[in-house]
Amino acid sequence: MSTADETGGLMVRAEAVHKSFGRLEVLRGIDLEVKSGEVMCVVGPSGSGKSTFLRCINHLEKIDAGRLWVNGHLVGYRESGGRLYELRDREVAAQRRDIGMVFQRFNLFPHMTALENIMEAPYRVKRQPKAEVRSRSLALLERVGLSDKAGSYPAQLSGGQQQRVAIARALAMEPALMLFDEPTSALDPELVGEVLEVMKQLALDGMTMVVVTHEMGFAREVGDSLVFMDGGVVVEQGTPGDVLTEPRHPRTRDFLSKVL
Amino acid sequence: MTDLSKDTPDPARPEAIKAVPVRHPGRWVAVVVIAVLAAMFVNMLVTNENFKWSFIVDNAFRPNIVEGVWTTIALTVLAMVIGVLFGIVLAVMRLSDNPILSGVAWLYTWFFRAVPRLVLAILFGNMGILYAKYHIGGVPFAGPLGDLMGVDIDGTLFTVDARTLLSGFMAGLLALALSEAAYMAEIVRAGILSVDPGQEEAAGALGMSRALTLRRIILPQAMRVIIPPTGNETIAMLKDTSLVAFVPVTNELFFQLQAVGSRTFNVFPMLVAACMWYLILTSFLLAGQFFIERHFARGAGEQPRDKRTALRALGFGSGGGAAGGGGGA
Repeated sequence: MSTADETGGLMVRAEAVHKSFGRLEVLRGIDLEVKSGEVMCVVGPSGSGKSTFLRCINHLEKIDAGRLWVNGHLVGYRESGGRLYELRDREVAAQRRDIGMVFQRFNLFPHMTALENIMEAPYRVKRQPKAEVRSRSLALLERVGLSDKAGSYPAQLSGGQQQRVAIARALAMEPALMLFDEPTSALDPELVGEVLEVMKQLALDGMTMVVVTHEMGFAREVGDSLVFMDGGVVVEQGTPGDVLTEPRHPRTRDFLSKVL
Repeated sequence: MTDLSKDTPDPARPEAIKAVPVRHPGRWVAVVVIAVLAAMFVNMLVTNENFKWSFIVDNAFRPNIVEGVWTTIALTVLAMVIGVLFGIVLAVMRLSDNPILSGVAWLYTWFFRAVPRLVLAILFGNMGILYAKYHIGGVPFAGPLGDLMGVDIDGTLFTVDARTLLSGFMAGLLALALSEAAYMAEIVRAGILSVDPGQEEAAGALGMSRALTLRRIILPQAMRVIIPPTGNETIAMLKDTSLVAFVPVTNELFFQLQAVGSRTFNVFPMLVAACMWYLILTSFLLAGQFFIERHFARGAGEQPRDKRTALRALGFGSGGGAAGGGGGA
């Protein structure tokens, strides 16, 4: 398996990615590069295609045109002899093991405790020894500040706690890349901070992250780069400081004037 | 929300309301009417000699009838186990992207839901007419294939007499189990569809395969929806086992009770005994269903181990607002 270093330190590379739902073209040519260790925040109005692009990165959505690489591997396809071959379900699953994803609605498994949620994938998918998975999962719970909630079911946790468990669950697979799909949008305002704090620590630990968010404060403080998307294209891209304080494009200015 | 359990009394708090509760005279009238009707019914049970209670007590536990009870239980359990397992397979086939698999599953459910169980029971009992002997072969189409290659192979591994394979019990069990699978397929399908699609996505994003996702994530959650109607199906199955008398399976409960009844010219008391046996068996099934439902309610908010929520689930006390859970964006 090639690493990010062999591909010039690039974790994600998107070339002219297109995606349609029926007749609605949601992505109309996305070109993006995410370096290893980079924290990229993606902002934009709803319907701009930012969540769809994120879901394309781990093949939850199939792209219609263009190319998308993660860690040097083409996502969802194998190229040989100038032709593309669709990957089998098993191969897609194998690709996803290196990509963690955190959802807006948490999507914790409600019939399992917090600890069982975290242990499930490393134990069942990677078939690591149970005792080892267990101690590592407890350490992850401690890392997200929920040591005392190991035996709690998701329904017994607050939204912020659920999202932190979800982050720990994704980290348990030791991913090279973490995708966040509006991780704080479904939270009560007073619970947003605890989740952002966990994400900030993760960024400081050097994790490569793509974060679709409406939290401009987080983007400014933690993000290495900021992408503004609208109408299925990348309108503007740069360091968060530049884009947020001196947006060049009128659409970016218009959007920021509404959210800041 | 104010905390009502505060220890310090609020000086401004007025005296608790002591109002005269609303009277319900209608309820008392209903109690009297029901009591009179119940007394009449019990009186009829005791005074009408045609019930022959002593005959029922003497005969409802004869060895052949107890054997009938065990046959009925065995048929119910086996038919349901086969029906549930095969039903899950059919439901997964039905929901598959593969049009051939889903088509076959649809055809199966169509056929077995369309034909009455009684007809199926008799049909399976007479299957021996089609084939006197069944050849259990290792290679399908071994004969024609052998002809093609110019060699004579017989793919048959062993041969059984149709009347042995499809003897009464086996034929009855197959008729009940295959028909049950069709109904269970629909129940399981509804259960699978009731699970939030986000669960499959989350499992997929963790690199879990489809089979693993189904087994570990989707089905356990679908169980909450699947189990109550499956309880219904099990009770219906317990009663439908009486249909295998037509296969015929003669050591089954209802057949045995009726046999005693007709032999001794005490048909009605034995019918009463049948009612009682089915009531007893069904009551055990209901108790079993309670425990299975409780097991699969894990993490679903209602924790029966917690006394307060258990009481609330039974309808006592008013529930507060649902705790946790993210609101809208």
